[in-house]
Amino acid sequence: MNIVVCTKQVPDTAATLKVDEQSNVSWGDAPLVINPWDEYAIEEAIRLKEKHGGKVTVLSVGPEQAREALKQAVAMGCDDAILVWDASLDGSDTLATSYILAQAIKKIGSVDVVLFGKQAIDGDTGLIQGGVARRLGWPLLSFVAKIEELDPAAKSIKVNRLLEQGRQAVTSQLPVVISVVKEINEPRYPSFMNIRKASKLQIPVWDSGAISVEAGKVGRANAATKWTRVFPLPARTGSVEIITGDSPQAIASALADKLMAEKII
Amino acid sequence: MDFEFSREHQALRKLVREFAEEEVRPATRQADRTSQPPLDVIKKAAAIGLLGVPFPREYGGLGAGETGYCILMEELGRVDTSVATVIGAHIGIGAMAIYLGGNQHLREKYLPDLCAGKKIAAFALTEAQAGSDAASIKLRATREGDSYILDGSKMWITNGPLASVMAVLAVTDPALGARGGATAFVIETRHNGSPAEGFTPGKYEHKMGLHGSPTSALSFDNFRVPQENVLGQIGLGFVVFMQTLDVGRVSLGAATLGGAQSVLHHALEWAAMREQFGKSIAQNQSIQFMVADMAAEIEALRSLVYRTAWLVDNHKPFIKEAGMCKLLGSEIASRCVDRAGQIYGALGYSRDTDVERSYRDCRITEIFEGTNEIQRILIAEQLFREVGVKIRP
Repeated sequence: MNIVVCTKQVPDTAATLKVDEQSNVSWGDAPLVINPWDEYAIEEAIRLKEKHGGKVTVLSVGPEQAREALKQAVAMGCDDAILVWDASLDGSDTLATSYILAQAIKKIGSVDVVLFGKQAIDGDTGLIQGGVARRLGWPLLSFVAKIEELDPAAKSIKVNRLLEQGRQAVTSQLPVVISVVKEINEPRYPSFMNIRKASKLQIPVWDSGAISVEAGKVGRANAATKWTRVFPLPARTGSVEIITGDSPQAIASALADKLMAEKII
Repeated sequence: MDFEFSREHQALRKLVREFAEEEVRPATRQADRTSQPPLDVIKKAAAIGLLGVPFPREYGGLGAGETGYCILMEELGRVDTSVATVIGAHIGIGAMAIYLGGNQHLREKYLPDLCAGKKIAAFALTEAQAGSDAASIKLRATREGDSYILDGSKMWITNGPLASVMAVLAVTDPALGARGGATAFVIETRHNGSPAEGFTPGKYEHKMGLHGSPTSALSFDNFRVPQENVLGQIGLGFVVFMQTLDVGRVSLGAATLGGAQSVLHHALEWAAMREQFGKSIAQNQSIQFMVADMAAEIEALRSLVYRTAWLVDNHKPFIKEAGMCKLLGSEIASRCVDRAGQIYGALGYSRDTDVERSYRDCRITEIFEGTNEIQRILIAEQLFREVGVKIRP
């Protein structure tokens, strides 16, 4: 089993995001972390390896500092890490990034499964997985909550997708692109043995030449999507009302009336 | 002089702190209320390598030395003294006795499973009549062919109800007594969870604190140990046990350091929040004096503990300093919980606060692993030895 898991380095969930008048987003000196949704994908990748053998490569497109996210993934149990970056890739949108990742996955070669978290917590688009699958010509199994069966010999997989309407069982041939939801597992802690391994790991950087990326398809200048304006959500407002009444029954009844009037119940 | 921790030790601290906050802390209150050790937490700690911190990698450990082990104990002690005690007894005295006293065969046989948490270890020295007077042990080991037969009992054994591997000290030659007549063994007390033949876990102690760290008596009746399981030399077990305790005192100091640091943190937060007479009580000099004293003592303890760990890791004499770590650590922690309790007022007397639990948990540290009176005697013995005077036979 040759497994690739893709990850993105994002600002910490605890970071306070600020947006200025020029639509610049900043998060002070809050740390950058592995995208929390990706931790489930990494955990599932490691579990697949533990069950079926093979190896897990973690892949990220991003600047030098994204190495830390890759190291974290190796500390959890991934075997190898690859960083894809050069200045020409800066500012690539989701369309371009899916192209870059697909090219990198082709270069890795004979991959059976590519795993993603369901989305990244910064852009929250959830578009990359579909783009990568399309470019590779592989099926996309999105929002997977359970891998029911995987037969490496028969190159087949059966998964359970978590949809708003319920669960859907899907079978597919390998290779596939999978995006996972948090119901799939509980990500492990990095072990100290693997932290040590990660700290010593030499992570190769593949530039656009190495993965045969066409310059006209990537970077800020070639982005198909433009962020014309970014603005913070208006702060939530609320008010407190203490309901009084002669008896607990009367108070409860008044509360129920108000909740029904607001269409909450 | 360099007071920076190595990058690796910093990474270890980060990992343990995260683990302690996210996994140990949520389990703490229930373990205290139910007196059930959080075994799933111990299992998770093992999975990330925490049960083998000080031991060399060839035995399945992390090779992080005494400094790494003190970091582990400090960070666990900061969150839950019970879990620190279960893991401390497992690593610091149980497995440590096998590491210090065992030959290559015994180390290879037992340490990998202990480092991986497949088995839990204990250290069995204390008996009903042999507490501070450890040399008065009565547990008998009689030679029979190529085995020894253990008969007798132990008391107050941390991890007694959990451990399947124990370092145990027994009398092989009553005529010679502890010095020359006591032998250390590594024994297997449980197989697949069931007590081994001849072994009965004894009375479970209902303690004031450390509820998540089970303690029991042990009883041996015609319990067979193969001769190859002798730790160190026959008749010289007392040495193995005393050496193990010497090292254990450093990390006990580290655990009390974490505990003291934690109650100071609670005291500061509460003092800043609590208002009386129209202002925060942090504005009162009486409170300021208490937190300043706590912080100063904690800082002194931190320097002592990590300097002593450095002595151990660099193979320099450390017995006197180790005794000081245990002595000062336990007394500083006790003073800190006492002051934090005073700052908390009645709230600190409520079982809903961590300060109340710390108060109960802390008291034992002045007693176990050699009472503080014994520590003072050991320190004085070393001091007089340095000026050429022998004060003990």
